[in-house]
Amino acid sequence: MKTYSPTGILAARSGYRVNLVGLVSFFVVLFWALVALFAPYIAPHSVGEMIDLDYFGPMRPGLWLGSDYLGRDMLSRVIFGARYTVGISLAAVSIACFTGVVLGMTSAVLRGPVDMVVSRLLDALNSIPSKLFGLMVVAAVGSSIPVLILTLSVIYIPGAYRFSRALAVNIETMDFIMVARIRGEKLPYLIGSEILPNIIGPVLADLGLRFVFIVLLLSGLSFLGLGVQPPYADWGALVRENIGGLPFAAPAVIVPSLAIATLTISVNLLIDNLPQKIRDRSTS
Amino acid sequence: MKSRVPSLILGRLLIALVTLTIVSFAVFFATTMLPGDTAMILLGQSATPEAVAGLRAAMHLDEPALLRFLYWIGGLFRGDLGTSYANQMPVTTLIADRLANTLKLAGLTTLVTVPLALTLGITAAMWRGTLYDRIVTIATIGVISVPEFVLATLAVLVFAVYLKWLPALSFTYQVDSFSGLLRVYAMPVITLTFVVSAQMIRMSRAAVIETLNTPYVEMALLKGASRPRMVLRHALPNALGPIANAVALSLSYLVGGVIIVETIFNYPGIAKLMVDGVSTRDLPLIQSCAMIFCFGYLLLITTADIVAILSNPRLR
Repeated sequence: MKTYSPTGILAARSGYRVNLVGLVSFFVVLFWALVALFAPYIAPHSVGEMIDLDYFGPMRPGLWLGSDYLGRDMLSRVIFGARYTVGISLAAVSIACFTGVVLGMTSAVLRGPVDMVVSRLLDALNSIPSKLFGLMVVAAVGSSIPVLILTLSVIYIPGAYRFSRALAVNIETMDFIMVARIRGEKLPYLIGSEILPNIIGPVLADLGLRFVFIVLLLSGLSFLGLGVQPPYADWGALVRENIGGLPFAAPAVIVPSLAIATLTISVNLLIDNLPQKIRDRSTS
Repeated sequence: MKSRVPSLILGRLLIALVTLTIVSFAVFFATTMLPGDTAMILLGQSATPEAVAGLRAAMHLDEPALLRFLYWIGGLFRGDLGTSYANQMPVTTLIADRLANTLKLAGLTTLVTVPLALTLGITAAMWRGTLYDRIVTIATIGVISVPEFVLATLAVLVFAVYLKWLPALSFTYQVDSFSGLLRVYAMPVITLTFVVSAQMIRMSRAAVIETLNTPYVEMALLKGASRPRMVLRHALPNALGPIANAVALSLSYLVGGVIIVETIFNYPGIAKLMVDGVSTRDLPLIQSCAMIFCFGYLLLITTADIVAILSNPRLR
């Protein structure tokens, strides 16, 4: 299935085989990252400003993506929405993967009761469906951006833990770990300098996939009205507040949906088409 | 050699039981750690301290959390799910019809999804590397990468707005004929089918490809068996276990999907009930719905594991 078509200089120079799908999806991801980063400089209007007398206006020059249910500029709202969707997800995925990977490597090194207890607890956490977990937390403590980031990261710690533990267990049986142990190295050195460098490729690929899950869950929660709260709006919230425009096929409801889809699909495709060298560095 | 299957299955069931206990613990404490006093919320601002104290005693709120947890679990076993805060009705009554509705939706989706997804998944594996396989694979990645509500939005856009075949919203009481049934369930089932079958296609394709890579299939190829024969006679019987595992595992995506789909289509199921419960902070209702969902989810995952154990001839 993997038909790599090396594209020109890049492939030749780096020694990595790059394919077209991977390249295109890389640029889409880069595009959204830049949009999120420079939102205040590129948005033509302020987020709350009502500039159109009509609501659910169509696309037209000056109002490139139409207007929303209050006549606000959709382009600016989508640009700022990128900040919340990308920012919150990135923060959550960083916390989730950092915690999960550190715990996973620690379990693999320590084994025994620590491994047992942590694995059991995280497995139990994993058997609460993610949307349900989000619903419950929001019901209990209300929704704010810090709560969202924390909840999303807690939900995805077990996955990151399982993945990195499985990889680390393989590495842990190698001779150089034995040598390090005999040298009397402590846990932080073992996991940081001996195991991590050997699993970092797959772990980063996994981080990308988990980022997609988090974007999907965050959008889902926001769509249910339980995620990012007004006056702020991420893409999921934008779809929710403009859902009334659906019968007229208003761009206000279609554009944020497409924004989510392009981001998540391209992250997925990017990871699928990563050079084998990075993706499977230690799994082979 | 003594069979390891019974002990493995027993172990798996035990793990499920332990997990369910931890989960119920989590559900209970997540929802009772709320700021604010329940009795106070129920009686309102103007309640006298004596009334609040009375209600607290009546609801066992003045007892330690652990004891309340045990009361709650005991109630669950007796089928007593408590009383809804919002409208003072027993949660059991509220849930009964809604649960039936949700199960109907899930059942219909399963009926549509399983044959469709397995056909696509197995044929894609059969003709691996062809254009057909690439299209199926890319389409499933596309569907998996998109949130359920976007799929639902697209389905409404296509079937209700442009084609005008179906109503955008569901109302279950219209069901009196086959066409009525079709109209009510079509949109939610279409959306859920997309969500679940994408997972199922991916997993069943992977399962069949794994069997196709085994030496005995290569042997079938070498002796000159045709491709369909190789897949259907040699590979498929051995892939049945992994495929059944894939089916059970992908059906667990119904749990997440149903929450979104019931909300967007206004379908009177248990997930909609729960989402409404969250906005009114109706704790007994949320706890009960959460337990039902977790139970269903755990049931499917455990079934998947047990099927995997049963279908592995090396363990017999």
